[in-house]
Amino acid sequence: MPIAHVMASGIGGMRTAGDLVAWMQMSKKMRINEAKQYVADKLGIAVIDLANEEVMREIREDLDIGLITAIAGKVKGIAAKKRIADLLEITIPSVEMFKAKLN
Amino acid sequence: MSGYILTRMGDGERVSLPTDEVRADIIAGTEEAAAKGNIPPLTSEEIDELYDIIADKNRIVSVEPGNEVVMTDDGGAMLLVLDQPDGGLGLSMGRAEAIYAYERICCADTVHLGHFDYSFKPLKAIISLEANEYYNASLMTTTPMFYGSQPNMGLYFTPDGPVRNPTELFQAGDIKGAQDAQDEAGEYMREDILHVVKQLSEVGCEGINFDTAGSSGDAELRVVLECVEEIKRINPGMPIIVGMSGEFVLGMHGAAEYKGKKLAGMYPHEQVGIIEEAGTDIYGPAINVNCSKSFPWNLARAVTFVKATSAVANIPIHPNVGMGVCGIPMFEQTPIDCVTRVAKAMVEIGKADGL
Repeated sequence: MPIAHVMASGIGGMRTAGDLVAWMQMSKKMRINEAKQYVADKLGIAVIDLANEEVMREIREDLDIGLITAIAGKVKGIAAKKRIADLLEITIPSVEMFKAKLN
Repeated sequence: MSGYILTRMGDGERVSLPTDEVRADIIAGTEEAAAKGNIPPLTSEEIDELYDIIADKNRIVSVEPGNEVVMTDDGGAMLLVLDQPDGGLGLSMGRAEAIYAYERICCADTVHLGHFDYSFKPLKAIISLEANEYYNASLMTTTPMFYGSQPNMGLYFTPDGPVRNPTELFQAGDIKGAQDAQDEAGEYMREDILHVVKQLSEVGCEGINFDTAGSSGDAELRVVLECVEEIKRINPGMPIIVGMSGEFVLGMHGAAEYKGKKLAGMYPHEQVGIIEEAGTDIYGPAINVNCSKSFPWNLARAVTFVKATSAVANIPIHPNVGMGVCGIPMFEQTPIDCVTRVAKAMVEIGKADGL
C-alpha cells in the first residue's frame, strides 16, 4: 500500500526532489506549495520539474546531493545530507551531530 | 457495464453500482461529514471532481504532474520485515536494510524506523539499542528519517501496567477515580516519551512521529501535546509529526484540556489548532471508515474533513491513509484501485500537503 501511495501522489524521493521538499516541511513547517517553490527556487527550476526525473537526475548529479543509482565516489548518506542542508540553508540534526564529531 | 461503476464497499468488497447511486453516496458522505463536524460540504464542482476520480475506468489513478506531495509513513519500510498482524511481509532482513530498500527501490520522500513492539512503554527498556539502530541507519540514508512510536497510554493500566484500570472504575461508578487513574497513567507515559526522545536526540534524530495519538482518549492526547511542547523547548530543531488515531478525540477522561481547550470531541479541523499550538511540524488527521457504506461514501466523507482541516491549517497536513482510515477500505490487502483514488482525492480536492 505505501508503494501505491508513493507512485500515485509522491514526489519521488531521491529519484527527483521528494526528500528536499520533505526537509522544508519538516524544518520550516512549510505547506506544500511554499515548500516546493522554495526548493525550486534553490535549484533554479520550475515547480513542475521537482518530480521530473529527466531534470532532477542531472541536477542531483551536478550538485552531488545523492543519487538513486549507485555511482562509486559520489556522495551517499550523511555526506549527501550535509550538502542538502547547505543547499537549502536548513539545519539537519544528524548532520549537526556528524559535523560535531569531525571537530 | 454501461451506467454502472466498478467500485467497492468500506470493507473492500467489489461492487458494481449504478452511476446515480455513486453520486448519491458521494453527496450523502459529504453531508454526513458536514453535519458531524459542523463544516462545509463539498461544492458541486468538487463532487463532480470526486465522481470523476471514482468513476475513472483505469484501475490505477494518480495526481496530475505538478500536484505531487510529500510522503511520510508510520512504518512503510518496516512492513518488509514485520509479519501478518501488521500487514507485513516477514522477509528475513534487518530493519536498516528495509529502510535502504524503501528509500532506493520504493523512492519514498521520507523513511521511518520503529520497533516491532511499537509503543513508548516497551521502548524505554531498549532505547539504547534503538538509538544505535537509528544512528547506523541515519549515516546511510539521504531522505529524512523519522523514528516513530505510539503513545498508547492503555499499556499503563492493569493488567498490563501499574495503574488501576479506568474502565473498571467507570463500571463501579467511580468517575473521579477513573479520571485520576488516567492522569496518573499520563505521568508514566510522559516520563517514557521524554526519556526515549532524549536518547534519540542525542544520536541526531531527524524527526519523531507520534503515531495514533489519542488512542486512549483525551487524557492521552493532552500528555502527547505537552510532550511535544517540552521536546520543542529542549530541542527546537526536532521535527515532530502528530498523527491521530481517529477522527474525533475520545472523551475517556472528559475533562482533559490543553491550553484551556477541552479536547474531548474535537474533530480534525479543531485538532489542528491545538496541535499547531503545541509546536508540531506536521499533523496527520485520521478519518474513520464505515465498512457498511460504499467507498464513494467513505471517501467523500473523509475528503470533506480533510478539506476543512487544510483550510484552517498553518502547518503541513498529511492525512493518514492506511487501512481503514480516510477512505481506504478495512481490508488487510488494501485494493490498489481504492488506494490510488484516495491519494488523488486527498491531494487534489482535500488539499493535503502530504500523505
